[in-house]
Amino acid sequence: MPEGQRPRPQPTPETQHFWDGTRAGELRLQRCNSCQKTYFPPRPFCPSCAAREVSVFKATGKGRLYSYVIHHRPVPGFTPPYAIAVVELDEGPRMMTNITGCPQTPEALVLDMPVEIAFEKIDDDITLPLFRPAKG
Amino acid sequence: MKHDSIAIVGAAETTEMGRIPELSQIGLHADAALNAMKDAGLGPKDIDGIATAGETPVTIAHYLGITPKWVDGTAVGGCSFMIHVRHAAAAIESGLAKTILITHGESGRSGVGRTRPAASAASLAGQFEAPYGPMGPPTLFTIPVLRYMKTYGLTHEQLAMVAVVQREWAAKNPRATFHDPITVDDVLNSRMIAYPFRLLQCCLVTDGGGALILTSADRAKDFPQKPVYLLGTGESVETPMVSQMEDFTSSRAFRVAGPTAFAEAGIKHSDVDHLMIYDAFAHLPIYGLEDLGFCKKGEAASFIWERNTAPGGKLPLNTNGGGLSYMHSGMYGMYALQESVRQMRGIAPAQIPGAKISVCHGVGGMFAASGTIIMTNEAGR
Repeated sequence: MPEGQRPRPQPTPETQHFWDGTRAGELRLQRCNSCQKTYFPPRPFCPSCAAREVSVFKATGKGRLYSYVIHHRPVPGFTPPYAIAVVELDEGPRMMTNITGCPQTPEALVLDMPVEIAFEKIDDDITLPLFRPAKG
Repeated sequence: MKHDSIAIVGAAETTEMGRIPELSQIGLHADAALNAMKDAGLGPKDIDGIATAGETPVTIAHYLGITPKWVDGTAVGGCSFMIHVRHAAAAIESGLAKTILITHGESGRSGVGRTRPAASAASLAGQFEAPYGPMGPPTLFTIPVLRYMKTYGLTHEQLAMVAVVQREWAAKNPRATFHDPITVDDVLNSRMIAYPFRLLQCCLVTDGGGALILTSADRAKDFPQKPVYLLGTGESVETPMVSQMEDFTSSRAFRVAGPTAFAEAGIKHSDVDHLMIYDAFAHLPIYGLEDLGFCKKGEAASFIWERNTAPGGKLPLNTNGGGLSYMHSGMYGMYALQESVRQMRGIAPAQIPGAKISVCHGVGGMFAASGTIIMTNEAGR
């Protein structure tokens, strides 16, 4: 087990729906009711057209590995080497994450490989959206 | 901005560079500011505007005994000083101030009196990046590169060559931290930090500072140093989260700041004699060369490999040795500006003979911000 704890996110009123979603086992994104833009990170208006009318919806939780680094130095809550990754969701937005369920090596972490959500419960309030190589 | 309406008449770094545990962060600001005022033949009563980052303008103005009519505390990371130059030029041109001091000081290595704030767990980066284990710039600035490598076929050897070439420039600079030549193999055998980045592809961590003094060009002939005129300036910002960059192979902030400065200067790329591109990590000169239009997309690494930016090449780049080999306190942009000024004054350790136009391009945060300053030593250009 790694020493220490990974940094814990602190939800705000504008992001609470996202963290409520991960706790419930859903990856929730937002879409503009006016221009249909899907966006991340959460905010109560559209960053493309400034409309305040936006909807929260359950995303597929599927995407592809977009880019990453493999960190080789110790960080509280992590056992090096570990990948700090960005995935591109099928719905379009990209998000930072970790890739679980596979070796943390360049050989195993192939860009554009399909990934799927793997929720990681941190405590009763926070569940992080990690990703793993997609099965089949 | 009208061409050559604004001049840099004072420029200096801290007396020492590298490891300076006897000075705190404000002490480094002050040491550089005092050296720049001496360089310009001015005292604190002659300064009526101040801009700084890292410390607030209030702290620096009070510490130095300056009563400003104009202040700018733009703090967007290492390119803040490029943006200060741009804002100072606008302020002088519009009559808000006559003589503006821009200061930087950072105890990056010794950590004496640092003010760097911790990121809030409630910020967007605190919620959507920090939980995944990034630990500072080596793990964040570097994240887009694998996507660039796959898109354009950039190789590990090419990425290593950036550091090799910059060490060649550093070897010519007595104040550089590192002087000994290195090879591509040396870089690729250095300690892994954050794959694909190894130690020699990451910037130094040192103590230092720098300061600039700007005034209107019509006063410049009254100062002791050869004036350096501003030809064009640009600035922009993109995102506080590297994961949210629009394009992992290009910086939007670069693509706004650079062309804005070139359009204002009214110059072609072939007019540029000397170039500085803030190199916190080895990929930055590659992104910069392309986003500023010196190279087509995907061609900058070959351009560097073929020694176009090396000593003797047609586009001398990062001639002080850069953040990889000269120094890097944390917000390196001031040192890039200092090298451009030295080149335009004709006093750089690795002086480019006859250089008349220098482009100085900075980055702030992890591709979060950018500022570009184009200078010339020719009046009335």
